[in-house]
Amino acid sequence: MFELITLQQYWWLLVSIIGAMFVFMTFVQGGQTLLYTLAKTEDERDVLVNSLGRKWELTFSSLVMFGGALFAAFPLFYAVSFGGAYYVWMAILFCFIIQAVAYEYRKKPDNVYGQRFYEILLYINGTLGIFLIGVALATLYSGANFEVNEMNLSHWTTQTYGLEALLNPFNLAFGLMLVFLARVQAALYFLNNIDEESITSRVKKVLINNFVPFLVLFLYVFGTILFQTGYIYDSETGKVTEESMKFLNTFLTHPSLLLIILAGVGSLLYGVYLGLIKKDTKAIWFSGLGTILAVTILLFILGIHNSVYYPSLADLQSSLTIENSSGSHYTLSVMSVVSLLVPIVLGYIVYIWRSMDATKITIDEVKSDAHHY
Amino acid sequence: MEHTELLVDYSRAQFALTALYHWIFVPLTLGLTFIIAVMETIYFKTEDDKYKTITKFWMGLLAINFAIGLATGIIMEFEFGTNWSNYSWIVGDIFGAPLAIEGLMAFFMESTFFAVMFFGWDKVSKKAHLTSTWLVAIGSNLSALWILIANGWMQHPVGMTFNPDSARNEMDNFWEVIFNPNAVSKFLHTISSGYVLASLFVISISAWYLLKKRDTAFAKKSIVIAASFGLISSILMLSTGDESAHQVALNQPMKLAAMEGLYKGEDRAGIVAFGLLESEKEIGDEKDPFKFMFEIPGALSFLGYHDINAFVPGIDDLILGNKEHNILSVKEKMVIGKKAVTALSDYKKYKKSGNTEEMNRALEIFKANNHYMGYGYIKNPEDALPDVALTFYSFHIMVGAGSWFLVLFILVLYFSMKNEIANKTWLLRLGVVTLPLGYVAQECGWIVAEVGRQPWAIQDLLPVGMATSNVATTSVMITFWLFAILFTTLLIAEIKIMLTQIKMGPEGH
Repeated sequence: MFELITLQQYWWLLVSIIGAMFVFMTFVQGGQTLLYTLAKTEDERDVLVNSLGRKWELTFSSLVMFGGALFAAFPLFYAVSFGGAYYVWMAILFCFIIQAVAYEYRKKPDNVYGQRFYEILLYINGTLGIFLIGVALATLYSGANFEVNEMNLSHWTTQTYGLEALLNPFNLAFGLMLVFLARVQAALYFLNNIDEESITSRVKKVLINNFVPFLVLFLYVFGTILFQTGYIYDSETGKVTEESMKFLNTFLTHPSLLLIILAGVGSLLYGVYLGLIKKDTKAIWFSGLGTILAVTILLFILGIHNSVYYPSLADLQSSLTIENSSGSHYTLSVMSVVSLLVPIVLGYIVYIWRSMDATKITIDEVKSDAHHY
Repeated sequence: MEHTELLVDYSRAQFALTALYHWIFVPLTLGLTFIIAVMETIYFKTEDDKYKTITKFWMGLLAINFAIGLATGIIMEFEFGTNWSNYSWIVGDIFGAPLAIEGLMAFFMESTFFAVMFFGWDKVSKKAHLTSTWLVAIGSNLSALWILIANGWMQHPVGMTFNPDSARNEMDNFWEVIFNPNAVSKFLHTISSGYVLASLFVISISAWYLLKKRDTAFAKKSIVIAASFGLISSILMLSTGDESAHQVALNQPMKLAAMEGLYKGEDRAGIVAFGLLESEKEIGDEKDPFKFMFEIPGALSFLGYHDINAFVPGIDDLILGNKEHNILSVKEKMVIGKKAVTALSDYKKYKKSGNTEEMNRALEIFKANNHYMGYGYIKNPEDALPDVALTFYSFHIMVGAGSWFLVLFILVLYFSMKNEIANKTWLLRLGVVTLPLGYVAQECGWIVAEVGRQPWAIQDLLPVGMATSNVATTSVMITFWLFAILFTTLLIAEIKIMLTQIKMGPEGH
């Protein structure tokens, strides 16, 4: 029904949106790193953990969904990146295995390793986990060391299997940017979700301490993306060539995309302003929407306008594009029909979220609930 | 791209390790969510607070189990990419779809309603809460559905064609993939076995309370629900097991032969009720494969082909060939497969150089030989044989244990109905000790399914040696050991926490 290229772009957009939603949902991870900053007593800490504990599985599911969508729609990326940047993805996996159990086991009697152990696991997940995901995402712009042969089988050209990405300042900045963003979102989320003056009064300081470095890193990352030399492919021959200021050109050709990014950033700034000055409960919705808009567009531009979305530093012609790495026309069509479920899923998540969060969490509530984390 | 054996072994070991750990937790989730939903439904109908306590207690144990199941599950999804990257490309166009659908249809459902189930008692209406509990059960079973569709496809690939230009298999019929008979029987057999395990779990813990003469009212109520659920599930499990074996006979004759240690094919083949394998046995020699055994005549022919007189090919027939029954030897299939592999690379070469005539010729050769392409990557005919001992013993332990579970459920239900269960110490003891056997049987089932189909990652299409990622063996060795340490560390905590919660009991004392 639809042309292959339309489906490829549609799926790239969907992957971008899912990725952006995941980035928003990492407020859970951000919150996990603030357990000893925002809370000073054990009761306060329990409230934080329980507030996050009702959301962590959604973040986790978003990550799984991001992986699943990439596998179904762009299997060559799945094969090349996961099977090549082996150590980075494995380290990310380790950071997420330890999260799942930490909530449930932290307060349980006879948990063998003690409460602090599980809090450290949460901290590792919130810092290293998010940082590494940021580094991995950054390589979509900065490139990676792989080669793809004529049978579309791939191999990595360095023995460090992805860890070499840590030597690139842009990748590092991208990773750190996500960590600070997660902490900013977490502070705003707590403002929305928790009704304890002792905790919310500390939000202001956390916001300033994390928003400033975030902003600096964002300006550096965004500036680099705009002005860096990008790569484009010829849709007839598939040949990849360099283009200076590729993404700036994309924005100039499609100013609406630039406007959406700017609106996203504006919304994020407004959210932070609401949280900082007015301690407004609604702040998270503005910062969240802003994050989703901005990240979606940042990812989306990699898949349009003949852009390469995963440049190879080892062999430019091995670079991945939405055209040379996607599923077949038939599979993308089937999956596009399946994707009609997305609004339904989003709908019930929002509905449940609203009814569960109709009243804010308090210390008393956590104490009275038999099944608390 | 050929891989060293050590790399393939470690990649397999890492996946097996993850799968075996994952499968400690999943069957309990599949079944316990339904048992809990039944319990809560009784509470909803009767408004008897005792049932609320019962529901909440089993829910608490579920939560301890659930988290670690989720954690091991995500690794398996990503390991297809990290450790089986050739696989991800060669069949990703078909295989990725069910995984993505699982995420969308099942994971969000589970995780959203899980939160309501645990924290929503006072936040949503009773009816909404009950609905959420049912949705968690349905969600976790839906998740199993899509995963088993994916796994069933690996056992019996359907609904696709090989595209020589992209050098991969591409889906051409989604419905065939979903309604793959292998996947359907596998799904039903797997979930029903999960229900059986969850029933054993509840019976075992309740029996322990009854033996200790504590929480007896609670335990009696729980044990009746579990035994009834277990009995129904057992019957479903045994009948779907029969269908699974039939599917294996049709599509994976080598696995069936290995399951029964059958070397020389025969009409009216029997099932070994019990036996000890001869370790010196080699393909094609005249040694008896068994040191001793007791056989039920004709049963294997019936199980495999639903005909007591049917011919069941043995390992020798499948590897060395059997003209009478029109079975090609592995060597002959390897020759055909190699022709396909060579023709494909010629096709690529001529396409690149623009030699259309030679290109089309290569394509013709490829198409004529493509059906055995997987065999083109096999080095020696004997590599097509899975580990017979591991498959044989796992299969027999699974079947033996499964039959015992049925007996146990009948006995427990019978004495519960007569209200004599609390006095039957022998039965309660059996109930307690059967739980570990339940876990063993679960793992054995997967060993039969996965070891029994070696060397294939995709049956007859793609051997494991061709499917792995092109990474250094040491990298996989490092992550294998890290996983082993981490999983074990977490499992120790899980068991300890679980035991403490059980000791504390439903009243939390």
